[in-house]
Amino acid sequence: MKSSVITFPGSNCDRDMDVALKKFGFNNKMVWHNDNELPKSDLVVLPGGFSYGDYLRCGSMASKSKIMQSVINFAKSGGLVMGICNGFQILVETGLVPGVLLRNKYLEFICKNVFVKLDNKDNPYFKNLDKDIFELHIAHNEGNYFCTDDQLKEIKDNNQVAIYYSNNKGQIDENSNPNGSIKNIAGIFNKEKNVLGMMPHPERMIDQSLTGEDGSIFFKNLINNIK
Amino acid sequence: MLVNEKIAIEHGLKTEEYKKICELLKRTPNFTELGIFSAMWNEHCSYKSSRLHLKKLPTKGKKVIQGPGENAGIIDIEDGDAIVFKIESHNHPSFIEPYQGAATGVGGIMRDVFTMGARPIANLNSIHFGSTQHKKTKNLLRGVVHGIGGYGNCMGVPTIAGQTSFDRSYNGNILVNAMTLGLVKKDKIFYSKAAGLNKPVIYVGSKTGRDGIHGASMASASFDEKIEEKKPTVQVGDPFTEKLLLEACLELMAGDSIIAIQDMGAAGLTSSSIEMASKGNLGIEINLDKVPCRETKMTPYEIMLSESQERMLIVLESGKEDLAKKIFDKWNLDFAVIGKTTNTKNIELYFQNKEVANIPVNTLVENSPMYDRKWKKSKIPKKNKIKKEIYNELKIKDVLKKILSNPNVCSKEWIWQQYDHTVMGDTIQKPGGDAGVVRVHGTNKAVAASVDSSAVYCWAHPLTGGKQVVVESWRNLISVGATPIAITNCLNFGSPENEDNMGEFVECVQGIGEASKYLDFPVVSGNVSFYNQTKEIGIKPTPSIGGVGLIKDYKKMITMSLKEVDNLILIIGKTEGHIDQSLFARTILDENKGPPPEVNLFNEKNNGESLLNLIEKDLIKSAHDVSLGGIITAISKMCIKGNKGIKLKTPKNLINKIEYLFAEDQGRYIVEINPNDMKEVSKILNKNSVHYEELGVIIDNEMIINEKTKVTIDELKSYNSNWLNNYMDS
Repeated sequence: MKSSVITFPGSNCDRDMDVALKKFGFNNKMVWHNDNELPKSDLVVLPGGFSYGDYLRCGSMASKSKIMQSVINFAKSGGLVMGICNGFQILVETGLVPGVLLRNKYLEFICKNVFVKLDNKDNPYFKNLDKDIFELHIAHNEGNYFCTDDQLKEIKDNNQVAIYYSNNKGQIDENSNPNGSIKNIAGIFNKEKNVLGMMPHPERMIDQSLTGEDGSIFFKNLINNIK
Repeated sequence: MLVNEKIAIEHGLKTEEYKKICELLKRTPNFTELGIFSAMWNEHCSYKSSRLHLKKLPTKGKKVIQGPGENAGIIDIEDGDAIVFKIESHNHPSFIEPYQGAATGVGGIMRDVFTMGARPIANLNSIHFGSTQHKKTKNLLRGVVHGIGGYGNCMGVPTIAGQTSFDRSYNGNILVNAMTLGLVKKDKIFYSKAAGLNKPVIYVGSKTGRDGIHGASMASASFDEKIEEKKPTVQVGDPFTEKLLLEACLELMAGDSIIAIQDMGAAGLTSSSIEMASKGNLGIEINLDKVPCRETKMTPYEIMLSESQERMLIVLESGKEDLAKKIFDKWNLDFAVIGKTTNTKNIELYFQNKEVANIPVNTLVENSPMYDRKWKKSKIPKKNKIKKEIYNELKIKDVLKKILSNPNVCSKEWIWQQYDHTVMGDTIQKPGGDAGVVRVHGTNKAVAASVDSSAVYCWAHPLTGGKQVVVESWRNLISVGATPIAITNCLNFGSPENEDNMGEFVECVQGIGEASKYLDFPVVSGNVSFYNQTKEIGIKPTPSIGGVGLIKDYKKMITMSLKEVDNLILIIGKTEGHIDQSLFARTILDENKGPPPEVNLFNEKNNGESLLNLIEKDLIKSAHDVSLGGIITAISKMCIKGNKGIKLKTPKNLINKIEYLFAEDQGRYIVEINPNDMKEVSKILNKNSVHYEELGVIIDNEMIINEKTKVTIDELKSYNSNWLNNYMDS
């Protein structure tokens, strides 16, 4: 399976994603933001980091990068595009997924493990997973998901919520919401479910010496689903 | 502008220093030249008050590749890998502007490390604030933490450990010490020594602005009521540009175009160009019209003294300019050939076709002033006679609550949760442990690092305090299963012109030297920060020690969290009941007299090496060194982390129970072992003549101190974890 990770100026989880994808069997290529064309890929990942320093709205500059036209075309033709953290912010800026990501409610960067509950397994990312609650890691300053009431209705009607912040029992409540996201939304799909944006970093949880191994479960399942 | 003595004094130079400049040049310097001298001869850059004493530190060892004198120190971690590391202060700017001061401190130390060809793999910091009651403390703490996070997080380098303390003596002078570790291949290390004639001198990175002019001079003076006016001397950080600079430099370093490279830190273009020329015994000619400037009409004086961040100076192999430029263009960074190396041994500056400065390099470096300042020796204080009857009025549980929620002991999660500590995917021990640990990417090895200081001990008796900080660093590394290799030090003191402060410096350095020599734990890099004082009031002497060690097989790393019920808890090292200068004496009894705990280097080495031996044999399940707050504080933290309890044994010796629990005797570790291993463990400890006692046994859910005193783990957690959150919210 072929994957591509885009490196924008200021990306800093691009290597971590490369390591994770290769570990679980992807043949991964790093793609420079200024390139015109994506290499042939089964999966494209927009990694975390601080593209363009997040000096303008997070992700907005990167969403106008040269490579992004090719990424948007790939997504529109049904290709799998996953944006993690800053990658999610970039996806939001392209309009591939709805909503925006605001500054965390308590105005502070948060780096910690959280639990998330999957909402919907009828998609290429979560299909065949045999559990609903995952422990993943977040590290962000602007992960406070927000959208209008109309957008929220549409998101719900189309089953576009990918994951919610929850407690370890899967309860979705205020206490388990780390950043003020509307309805505890931690990740979201496009209508067709081939584009996934999420704040948690599965690539930081891929072996037992790290903060957990639920990332491994995610990647193993993902490559099997694509095969 | 014509230069005279008055202007020189306004530049922070002394009359005799100005006279010496005129003598060396055999003429009066012009304004630009005076600026250059003042930048090179200030305390921060010249180490004029400290050099004499720093020479005495042990800096060599089997594992040392590079000691002090370069951008950072380097140690060998085998298999062709090396670790580049250093700690540096950014105290003065952080007090004036906490966010930018702290951020640029982190940025500066990372540049020192990647300048040598290493990719930064971990950041640490040691930050010290005034009393929690002081009106500025909360904002300074918030600003510094945001600044450290803002820079390090954006760079994508994990912040893996640190230390935070509060003490009245920092009310007017906070301390911000930042440390970085980088990983490099031994055969791909870059140095700052220029070589070869007519080699192009290249400027890369951000453009030069008017920020930070005289930053190094500001950092070489005491504060007064006009401190707010110094804001323009604080630099402004741009971590995004530094991230690009890091990637661009490493890309260029993969080839063989670079002869020498030096970051522009304190005193900017001045010190970087002069250091490269001085080390290479060469001259450098610079055309200042070529320097990329952010603002218009900058004068040579401003260009030379700007401390704009994220800039590097490179001496390149001739003919490699185009290749190098391509890389910096790709990363959207400025690239300019601004001069060349010469055989004049002078620094020659040209601006608008005129020579604006011409100074022999050696006058700036070798001939810079060096002072043998007067200093006062301190006596070891007499033991404080505390009446034991006072203890009878104390309830252990109340005391424990006060100690665990003390600002200097409580959980600092509020701080480190704001630092990305997991990026790069190799952090295997996060902040909150004895040391942070990161794997050496793609190998079975891991590197442990910790940063420590004990200002109270150093204040009570500098010589003992200096030793103690080193042994604490040593113990912290051993507690995670790492073999200690070397240290970096950041020496934060008051004015060297004050005999008491200078005495504190001299004797702390002596203590550091003795301990590091005995433990074969050499000092490979560091920095001195004097003048941490407002008017006449200096800080408590605060040397920060950053220690680095190696874990050959990362799967053998140890954490402090208790692992399994029924396992035995031992304490290694002898408890004598030293209460003077302990947190207990200072906060519960309100007593601050007496000597700090004695440091016995033989026991430290023996106990530490014996514990490493036990760890190597897989006999240790968890470990934690005993420091501030004594045995009960240490075991409480192990209980909290492991979510398990302990039933404590009554000590067999005759020490008063309170003293037993809260004393801060050195050389001690608490360890967890499987009861089946007790025989083998005691055999090894006995063979090495290591004193140990059984402290208790692991149980569920509560700490049983004696039949009347029980504390649940949830209570321990609430004592320890809430204080800082509540403080910041209040």
